[in-house]
Amino acid sequence: MYTEKVMDHFQNPRNMGEIEGASGVGTVGNAKCGDIMRIYLDIDENQIIQDVKFKTFGCGAAVATSSMATELVKGKSIYEALKVTNIAVVEALDGLPPVKVHCSLLAEEAIHAALWDYAQKNGIEIEGLEKPKSDIHEDEEEESEEY
Amino acid sequence: MNKVIYLDNAATTKVAREVVEAMIPYFTENYGNPSSVYSFASKNKETITKQREIIADALGAKANEIYFTAGGSESDNWALKATAEAYKDKGNHIITTKIEHHAILHTAEYLEKNGFEVTYLDVDENGRVRLEDLKAAIRPTTILISVMFANNEIGTIEPIKEIGAIAKEHGILFHTDAVQAFGQVPINVDECNIDMLSASGHKLNGPKGIGFLYIRKGVKIRSFVHGGGQERKRRAGTENVPGIVGIGTAAARAARTMEERTSKEAKLRDYLIRRVLEEVPYTKLNGHPEKRLPNNANFSFRFIEGESLLIMLDMKGICASSGSACTSGSLDPSHVLLAIGLPHEIAHGSLRLTLSEETTKEEIDYVVESIKEIVTKLRNMSPLYEDFVKKNKK
Repeated sequence: MYTEKVMDHFQNPRNMGEIEGASGVGTVGNAKCGDIMRIYLDIDENQIIQDVKFKTFGCGAAVATSSMATELVKGKSIYEALKVTNIAVVEALDGLPPVKVHCSLLAEEAIHAALWDYAQKNGIEIEGLEKPKSDIHEDEEEESEEY
Repeated sequence: MNKVIYLDNAATTKVAREVVEAMIPYFTENYGNPSSVYSFASKNKETITKQREIIADALGAKANEIYFTAGGSESDNWALKATAEAYKDKGNHIITTKIEHHAILHTAEYLEKNGFEVTYLDVDENGRVRLEDLKAAIRPTTILISVMFANNEIGTIEPIKEIGAIAKEHGILFHTDAVQAFGQVPINVDECNIDMLSASGHKLNGPKGIGFLYIRKGVKIRSFVHGGGQERKRRAGTENVPGIVGIGTAAARAARTMEERTSKEAKLRDYLIRRVLEEVPYTKLNGHPEKRLPNNANFSFRFIEGESLLIMLDMKGICASSGSACTSGSLDPSHVLLAIGLPHEIAHGSLRLTLSEETTKEEIDYVVESIKEIVTKLRNMSPLYEDFVKKNKK
């Protein structure tokens, strides 16, 4: 069901852990739906992401998308990081099963939430960054149809 | 360990060698249609009758009360839909539970869309129906009570005898989905006042695609599959002779080996439960501690998610299942775990292990060690665990 890349990132997650005194921390998702992602960013004075770590409660796809998202933003400027979309994460993983695409949205949202936290802490505004939703699943509707 | 450790026997079981051997001649030699006149084929009719007798014996029923179907789901659909249709003049109310298999729940929901009213009983924290709830739910219009014999996820065995007595006292038909229980626990339809009972072949070392519905004589439900006159005109379609021989042989085998097999499984199961609860912190056993299927263990590991756990177990060659949303294709975790009162995040971290007679102590030891390692790894990755540890430090 998962690609080799997804399995690799699930089994050997990159950048898993915490950053003490991080520049920005973002937590998204909810336990009710079965996935929560937390991203820690260490951002230097030139607004470059020097380090990034994640923690995830969730399925294989949730872990793999978190891992891949951290790889895609590490070493980037905050503006480059902001442009990392869920589609980029999915493509970098060689695809996800359709029911798991929401996990990649969560990864994008977690990065944004951590950037938002960084902006708040430093009293700056990052152009193009919106206040994160508290619950990524708020707008989702169940698709099942019974006959 | 390189071999597969199969601990998902509630999903399906390995077909027993003697079952396969009994079935083979009915594919290649005695392949005739039992409805044909010539003796080459018509002797298959006797073969079918013999299987019916074996199954009836196992249930304390009569042979002509056993109707072969394509499996548990068909039996459940038939029992509910046909009862609703046949007894709609008497009433339009059905009582079932929140923890039934989807073959019952979705059928009940379908009936609701067609003018029937359904009460879904709550269960206690162990997954047992409360008899006072059942009594309170009964209305003058109640035509059917359908309560599973034993739950497929948490293994809890329901108070079927007491439920049957209540149904009889009120003159209401009683159906039980015994797909998980048949062959695992002794069942007597008269003692329990069961009017209809569903079972499936592949849960008891028999083949897939075959099951039966026991219908007590006098229950006036009609055919669900229309066509030829097979199964006393109540279930059309050329008989699945190899399948019927398979389920008959499996039922005979299950009855013969039940005592020894289930006591061996229960002993290992208890060892598994004891070790996991003692050695993995923040873990809960789901389902009734004693009144549970002999081969079922169901745990919730806090702070982790079930699908991740299943994938990591799979990488170690261990086959198991979970009530996590990610394994069900929806965002909600198992309805059974929610019904016993587990919060969503704990229900997501559930693991069901169902043993077979072939499960060994060495396998269980390996599984316990694997669980310990994986749970630790996933908790280290979990923001929920991080928050919990930080909160406790304060």
